[in-house]
Amino acid sequence: MYDAPKSLETTLDQKTAKITARDVQVHYGDNHAIKDVNVNIEANTVTAFIGPSGCGKSTFLRCINRMNDTIDICRVQGEILLDGEDINDKRVDPVQLRAKVGMVFQKPNPFPKSIYDNIAYGPRIHGLAKNKADLDAIVEKSLRRGAIWEEVKDRLHASGTGLSGGQQQRLCIARAIATEPEVLLMDEPCSALDPIATAQVEELIDELRQQYSVVIVTHSMQQAARVSQRTAFFHLGNLVEFGDTVKIFTNPEDSRTESYITGRIG
Amino acid sequence: MTDTSFTPPGRVPAPRHGSLITLDARTKKRNAAEKRFRMYGIAAIATGLIFLTVLLSAIIANGKGAFQQTFITTQVFFDPAKLDKNGDRNIDDIKKVSTFGYTPLLHNAIFAEVTDRGIETPLTKASEMKALISASAAAQVRDAVIANPDLIGETVEFRILASSRVDGYLKGRVSRESVIRDKSIDAEHLDLTDALADAGVIEKRFNLSFITGADASESRAEQAGMGVSILGSLFMMLVVLVLSLPIGVAASIYLEEFAKQNRWTDLIEVNISNLAAVPSIVFGILGLAVFIQFAHLPQSAPLVGGLVLTLMTLPTIIISTRASLKAVPPSIRDAALGIGASKMQSVVHHVLPLAAPGILTGTIIGLAQALGETAPLLLIGMVGYIASNYPDGIASGFLDPNSAMPAQIYEWAKRADPAYYERAWGGIIILLVVLLSMNLIAIILRRRFERRW
Repeated sequence: MYDAPKSLETTLDQKTAKITARDVQVHYGDNHAIKDVNVNIEANTVTAFIGPSGCGKSTFLRCINRMNDTIDICRVQGEILLDGEDINDKRVDPVQLRAKVGMVFQKPNPFPKSIYDNIAYGPRIHGLAKNKADLDAIVEKSLRRGAIWEEVKDRLHASGTGLSGGQQQRLCIARAIATEPEVLLMDEPCSALDPIATAQVEELIDELRQQYSVVIVTHSMQQAARVSQRTAFFHLGNLVEFGDTVKIFTNPEDSRTESYITGRIG
Repeated sequence: MTDTSFTPPGRVPAPRHGSLITLDARTKKRNAAEKRFRMYGIAAIATGLIFLTVLLSAIIANGKGAFQQTFITTQVFFDPAKLDKNGDRNIDDIKKVSTFGYTPLLHNAIFAEVTDRGIETPLTKASEMKALISASAAAQVRDAVIANPDLIGETVEFRILASSRVDGYLKGRVSRESVIRDKSIDAEHLDLTDALADAGVIEKRFNLSFITGADASESRAEQAGMGVSILGSLFMMLVVLVLSLPIGVAASIYLEEFAKQNRWTDLIEVNISNLAAVPSIVFGILGLAVFIQFAHLPQSAPLVGGLVLTLMTLPTIIISTRASLKAVPPSIRDAALGIGASKMQSVVHHVLPLAAPGILTGTIIGLAQALGETAPLLLIGMVGYIASNYPDGIASGFLDPNSAMPAQIYEWAKRADPAYYERAWGGIIILLVVLLSMNLIAIILRRRFERRW
């Protein structure tokens, strides 16, 4: 069994961390999917999770906003602190947590409603807008930040499902940031997109870093290298290596990381 | 040429897979199998269509007669000497004259039609006209007089029902051979019917009262209608809809979206599937035991019928609702939860609207099934003789004894008079029209609520 190197612990500075994960274990029934993951996610940083398929990076991502609660057989142990508060505390309502920790999924999943309603839904249920004008402003701001405003401003009341794949994904990102989250989780947001749409989304992620801490799961190492400042490499449910992106890609400590980024495993 | 693979013209090596132009044995076999399968399919569909055509044409051929009825148009003279002996038009005195007092007036009226037209007949007495007219005709004219006593002393034109024998004769159901053994009509009457039909006194017309009227006694087939049982079915369906839709949808949402998968939910799931397969008569005897014998709800009431049919419909609704909830992509739930919607919000705002067309279709199919159900109604006494019992309000609609469409049809099919056989088929037509319009509503609702992805 792999043990996290002691040197790793020392690089984690708990004070600047937005999210701190300690000894996180995830079981799917009898399957031990995540083993002893310790990770610090900093504010205003893009953190990339890389690793081969089935290594648990998406599972871990879903722990951060407790989306795994919806899976009956999934058990999460260990401690995940958001601003020093344990998100798995019995008193925490996952609904409140998810308002703070937004999520963008692998497949674009707009609601089969109008573009406007897609964005306005979150602010509506969280009571962020006092009146219609407020809501209009939020919708416009979110769509602008989602870098899709120019394309849809003339058809806000057309169905969100009628957009192209890349537009849908940017709509979903805009929807996620409309609720003003503090952390944005992105689960392979570009896997269904073409290179142009991918470039647009990556540019967007870089801009979002100004306000949010972004965690992105990706299969593309180039993408991780392009957008992230910190990178975590997962393998078979273990967090193998975590550190600055530059260091991971140029001078990895673990041989498995090196094999993966050079394309020998995975 | 240094290329070693070069072959001179005329010596092309045989390709490994044979020629593309000629089919090899395997492909031929495969194509033959495919062709056979297509033939099976076409044969199956053709068989189905043939059965459907036979069924529909049989129903229409047998049942269309019920929508037509033979009427006699005649001038009835309301003799004051018989109807109002005191001559003061006192309504209480007029009411004392029973239908027996009116029957001779009708006989006279028709006999007058015969003699006025100079029709020759061996029947010489007015009372011998009895066989031509329905027993309900006297009640019809009496009701008219009671509603308007000024008619007394007048001669008024009435369209009265002909007897079911005359009706049957015009429709070909009664023949000269069959009347030999018939006590209620003679061959002379048939001659007279022919003559009066030629004169336009007796004629077949569209019979609205078959749709709106009440059931009638065994000897008055010409008067019987589906109206009361249609109302009975309607009230039952209201009960079924009001109970089974909310209960069924709530149960399915809970099971599908909230309940944890464990032994208990598995058990419940298996039981729901089993309930859907339980014969309906079992629900009938359950309803008899629980609702009537234990809870003392009124017998033969649409309320009880509706409760029993609710039990029967619930599994259908739950199964179809769960299927349409399952069909909503999980990504929609994730999207809603991901932006901080609660479970309930994600279900109500996003999942239910997407599942609505499926739920509605399932519900309407369940209702249609319940509408055509007869067996459980036999056990709770909803197959009775219900004549002229139109419910006079919402409460009595639910609580008064009533029948239901399929039960009424069953009741008619049981009766001896062949005139009722025709009415049973006619009832089937009405039932089918109602069912088809329900299915049509289901299709329209589905179209309307369906969202494009």
